[in-house]
Amino acid sequence: MANINQGKHAVTMAQVSKWYDDFQVLRDITLTVDHGEKLVICGPSGSGKSTVVRLLAGLETHQEGTIKLYGQPVDAQGRGDVGMVFQQFNLFPHLSVLDNLILGPMRALGMPRQEARDRAMAYLERVRIPEQAGKRPGQLSGGQQQRVAIARSLCMDPKLMLFDEPTSALDPEMIAEVLDVMEDLARDGMTMICVTHEMGFARRVADRIAFMDAGEMVEVDPPEIAFSAPKSARFAQFLDKILKH
Amino acid sequence: MTKIRLPLALLSLFALTACSAPPGTWGWYVIDPSTPAGWTNITFLLRGFSATIQISVLAAVASIIIGLLVALPAFARSRWLRLPNRIYVEFIRAIPLLPMLFWVFYGLPVVLRSIGLDVNIDPFWGAVITLAVSDSAFTAEIFRSGIQAVPRGQAEAAQTIGLTRAQAMRYVILPQAVRRILPPLANQFIYIVKMSAFASVIGMAELTRRANELVVTEYRPLEIYTLLILEYLVLVLIISAGVRWLERKMNADESR
Ligand SMILES: Nc1ncnc2c1ncn2[C@@H]1O[C@H](COP(=O)(O)OP(=O)(O)OP(=O)(O)O)[C@@H](O)[C@H]1O
Ligand SMILES: [Mg+2]
Repeated sequence: MANINQGKHAVTMAQVSKWYDDFQVLRDITLTVDHGEKLVICGPSGSGKSTVVRLLAGLETHQEGTIKLYGQPVDAQGRGDVGMVFQQFNLFPHLSVLDNLILGPMRALGMPRQEARDRAMAYLERVRIPEQAGKRPGQLSGGQQQRVAIARSLCMDPKLMLFDEPTSALDPEMIAEVLDVMEDLARDGMTMICVTHEMGFARRVADRIAFMDAGEMVEVDPPEIAFSAPKSARFAQFLDKILKH
Repeated sequence: MTKIRLPLALLSLFALTACSAPPGTWGWYVIDPSTPAGWTNITFLLRGFSATIQISVLAAVASIIIGLLVALPAFARSRWLRLPNRIYVEFIRAIPLLPMLFWVFYGLPVVLRSIGLDVNIDPFWGAVITLAVSDSAFTAEIFRSGIQAVPRGQAEAAQTIGLTRAQAMRYVILPQAVRRILPPLANQFIYIVKMSAFASVIGMAELTRRANELVVTEYRPLEIYTLLILEYLVLVLIISAGVRWLERKMNADESR
């Protein structure tokens, strides 16, 4: 735990363990993510991937170990500093796309409406759906909804973006449009942690790939190593299985 | 639906009472508006609408406000904040309306006087307070279950864009809960309208009290109570129609 330097890393997890009652979901997770780094997390269902990103987003609490973001505890982060994109989008269905986007900037940051709208429109351009601003989320396709969700997080000007299987709920033809947006974001230097099984995306974008199994962070490798010579048999097996599909 | 339901209900009521009755059973003259005496009687009865409606509306509004205030702590993180919610709901729900009405009307002024407040509770406010408090336990539960029915991801998304829990409730959760809350809330309003009849026992001249008074002088309980039932029926049907209109409007808003 001595290596937690103030703000040296974007994310530092040291010996983090978490239980649900007496079921241990995370075992001794130790992980650092650098500024601007793109980390992909993969692993079988139930291995604890969501739990890791939810911890970083402040949506869960852990029992043992330390988590620091930019040298500070998770609950000391600025409002909206850690963006999160969910598998199920979680857009606000009663608000228009534009209102989904300006809610955070106006209420959490106290930004004037006009400025929030300008910012929202700029991010809608970036995710390539400015023409949908007036619609309700329910009127959009899944891919469009997920892009709105990404834009909604970006409107808070986050330092770190978390993605929990952002394309798993999408039809195949919509996966690409969401991944494209994420790749753009990666190119712009955003620090990203992304739970995904899109290995093509991982190969193109990830600086490192983390493999989780049964609550453990089994290994973390650069993609060249992960895809050619994974160290553990479990990771090799897992890659074998998902790359076949 | 409403359009056929009202006549249908009226018809079956008349059929039920009229067909089985031997000649001479009915004496509608007592409320026949074409005779001076009947006119006096029927206007006396119909004037009860004013009190029944005022009591019901005020009680419903108060019940919604109390219910929301009682429901919100149920979502607090702390067990100690959630406890008063449970106690209030369980306690109030257990008290039958009539005893509570007596307690408020006859007992509460004594309590107030003992702490130096010289307040008289008249039948009108006694009825409003009792109905509001009694109903608020149910309203609170309606709010709670409506709020709980909003998917958890909504609150989580609100948190990740930096909203406080109170802001998330106000801008994200409550607006979505409203559409789930409205139908059961309307049912509660109908319940309040019907329960307001109890106000008659503490001397409030609403629909039921006026019917009772007229029965005592005219000895025509069948006609007068039949009319009384129809009066409530009309009120309730108007409320249901209003609620359906509101629901349609909200559905239209949602898919806009
Ligand atoms: N609220 C909870 N209460 C109890 N157990 C939970 C809870 N949330 C998750 N778990 C359990 O914790 C384990 C890890 O869950 P998690 O969602 O992090 O897995 P995951 O790797 O994201 O899986 P998936 O690929 O299916 O999304 C699972 O076994 C799950 O059943
Ligand atoms: Mg998951």
